[in-house]
Amino acid sequence: MTQSVVVQVGQCGNQVGCRFWDLALREHAAVNKKGIYDEALSSFFRNVDTRSGGDGPDIYKGKICSLKARALLIDMEEGVVNEILQGPLRDVFDSKQLITDVSGSGNNWAVGHKLYGYQYRENIVEKLRKTAEHCDCLQCFFIIHSMGGGTGSGLGTFVLNLLEDEFPEVYRFVTSVYPSGEDDVITSPYNSVLAMKELNEHADCVLPIENESLFDIVNKIHQMINSGKLGSTVKQNSLVTSSAGSAKTVQEKPFDAMNILTSSARFEGSLNMDLNEISMNLVPFPRLHYLVSSLTPLYTLADVNVPSRRLDQMFSDAFSRDHQLIQADPKHSLYLACALLVRGNVQVSDLRRNIERLKPSLHFVSWNQEGWKTGLCSVPPVGHSHSLLALANNTCVKPTFIELKDRFMKLYKKKAHLHHYLHIDGMEQSCFSEAISSLSDLIEEYNELDATKGGPRTDPSRLKIAV
Amino acid sequence: MSIVTVQLGQCGNQIGREVFNAVCGDIHGTHGLCSKKENDSYHDACKERFFSEEESEVPVARAVLVDMEPKVISQTLSIAARSGYWKYDDRSHFCQKQGSGNNWANGYSVHGPRHKEVIMNLVQKEAEKCDRLGGFFTITSMAGGTGSGLGAFVTQSLRDAFPTSFILNHVIWPYGTGEVIVQNYNSVLTLSHLYQSADALLVHENDVIHKICAQLMNIKQISFRDVNQVIAHQLGSVFQPTYTAEGGLHYSRNPLGIDWQVRPPRLGSSIPSSHSTNKPLYFNTSIANLVILRGKDLHSVDLGSFRDPSLYTSWLNPQDAFNAWKTPRAFNKYEKSASLVSNSQFLLKPLDNVVGKAWNMFASKAYIHQYTKFGIEEEDFLDSFTALEQVISSYTSL
Repeated sequence: MTQSVVVQVGQCGNQVGCRFWDLALREHAAVNKKGIYDEALSSFFRNVDTRSGGDGPDIYKGKICSLKARALLIDMEEGVVNEILQGPLRDVFDSKQLITDVSGSGNNWAVGHKLYGYQYRENIVEKLRKTAEHCDCLQCFFIIHSMGGGTGSGLGTFVLNLLEDEFPEVYRFVTSVYPSGEDDVITSPYNSVLAMKELNEHADCVLPIENESLFDIVNKIHQMINSGKLGSTVKQNSLVTSSAGSAKTVQEKPFDAMNILTSSARFEGSLNMDLNEISMNLVPFPRLHYLVSSLTPLYTLADVNVPSRRLDQMFSDAFSRDHQLIQADPKHSLYLACALLVRGNVQVSDLRRNIERLKPSLHFVSWNQEGWKTGLCSVPPVGHSHSLLALANNTCVKPTFIELKDRFMKLYKKKAHLHHYLHIDGMEQSCFSEAISSLSDLIEEYNELDATKGGPRTDPSRLKIAV
Repeated sequence: MSIVTVQLGQCGNQIGREVFNAVCGDIHGTHGLCSKKENDSYHDACKERFFSEEESEVPVARAVLVDMEPKVISQTLSIAARSGYWKYDDRSHFCQKQGSGNNWANGYSVHGPRHKEVIMNLVQKEAEKCDRLGGFFTITSMAGGTGSGLGAFVTQSLRDAFPTSFILNHVIWPYGTGEVIVQNYNSVLTLSHLYQSADALLVHENDVIHKICAQLMNIKQISFRDVNQVIAHQLGSVFQPTYTAEGGLHYSRNPLGIDWQVRPPRLGSSIPSSHSTNKPLYFNTSIANLVILRGKDLHSVDLGSFRDPSLYTSWLNPQDAFNAWKTPRAFNKYEKSASLVSNSQFLLKPLDNVVGKAWNMFASKAYIHQYTKFGIEEEDFLDSFTALEQVISSYTSL
């Protein structure tokens, strides 16, 4: 069994990370009735004997004593992390897993990456090592952060770099929240593009998420509930209806995705799909590792009792624009590869039937016409009989990147706010030009692939053998 | 004669378990519509073939289970033990933690050498338990990383360690519409390597078995378990004891003794190019066919049509190419059953498809970096493609 470590960086990263831990605990509580610390739990949690006070030894088998998340919480402001430590999840985190400072990064990537990076490097490495030592077989780091700010974006990508240096064999999955057009942080384009270069070069897989999409999804759920279509009661403490919670639900979606992604590693199924398989199957060229994710049913976590929609509808929904976690329409762009991970009582024939049904309406690149990776996990998610996560490597991410580039150029041409960055030790103009050129190259690679779409298909001629 | 089974990867282990189930279920069945003496004889031959006599209440399968992640093996071991009829040897398995990530190169170049000694030790132990070792039967899929890559490496190691033993690889052909995106690469690499070490490759195609489940068996929601059980049933019907033409009184000692010693005509001798025009076009040309009949009314079966020369390539005499094995003992409660094992052009189209798709992908260099990082270079791919184009060419010209 393998373990994963979550590194949550910055305000957004930590808020969102919490939702993941909350979800993971609930899921395991629903499945693990006997309170025995099993392999599934160990993938994300340590079982610690806290009776002896302080940091007791890890307990590998037997009853659950005290579950500690395999996580590192990093923020250059204390507010969010402190809130977490006072909230319901306080026992899940170890004080030794936190790295905080007081003044924040001022929405400045350079402050996060160069200043705090340099300052906290050793501290971070040491804590990472400690976390890794507690793992029997560490397979993956999940990094959660946002792109638009200073800490998540700058320090987050610094940590990404660090992980590649210190743990080269361990996969680096990054969940990045991209800023929307109306972001109130003026310098978010700078921060995002500078961060993109790091993601291009050091991440194995990136799951981009856009707040706009999450808001749309939450609104959709609101509408469905309000219009009574769902026809059933909504629980009192439903996260969707509580006003304080609406921001939080938004942020749950990616964690849902992460949850499903790791479900095959944690639970059994007839066709297991492991994290290393995702990278293998969905990344045909090293830099094209941006995956569009969509999740059905949407309201898996909304605490809403909904009659299960037909299985096939679930598959159709996964490919609709409304269910994507970024503002993109994969159906009209080019698929390089697609993975479907299903949980629940779904069999291989259901999978095949739906793939056959949906295939004709999707455009796949010429050399990967049947590019599907499938996984079946027999344990359903909490509260539902089945769910589906679709991960696609699709050129529909291109518009997001092009917009980012445009917003960047608007500022850069006027040299607006540059001095805030350049006066940081280690920052130079070349950082900016290299970053934008990295992004441009990436966009170009997607362009080249798009150009092949719909064109005449000439297969390369086969080897001729002398008989 | 005993067979040592090596189950590799998720698919190999899931199928292996169903095979032992099927075989065990068969011998525990009713008397098989034959005399008690016959039944006992069958029972003994089967047990010698698949199970070892150890101090245990239930027979212990002669098998080695290998996987690079632990979940499937632990499931397989426990399901077998729960059946109450048979089990695996608790020590005959080897697993790791991380899996192979669907990466053939990872299975072949990293896991292979790293774990060769441990795995071969387990195989050696099983081989030593056999009074008479008939050969090895490996079960793998082609699409993944462990069964395919590590499977190819283990087959090679088996060949090195047991140069004169019979090695039969059971290979699962994946669904045409992907289970794994790089399945065509993995398949090409697997087949080209197995060709160098194995004596024969026994193939089951997922698409075909799926159709059997859907159309012949009317199963509504087909699961992998259904597919695996059909495969296991077919394998059982081939490997269970029979009488060959020679050993009329005893169950055949050689369980895998299909004579694959095909001798194609020497280069340079003239092959009439029009030899195929007289053939009925709806039959694949065969090199060899084996029919296995089990159950009642054996003597009244007319196998003449299997000896029709138009089924076979022109340079073979049907008498040499066709064999029939029989036993009056019914298999798995089927009053009469027949199995056909065929070496023919049936796999030509699927093989050509897989090679074509893999070549297409290779031309764009997609995913190659995933293989080169573990030591499989572009030249290795080219070698594999060349080897398989030769196979395709040979079968096409039958």
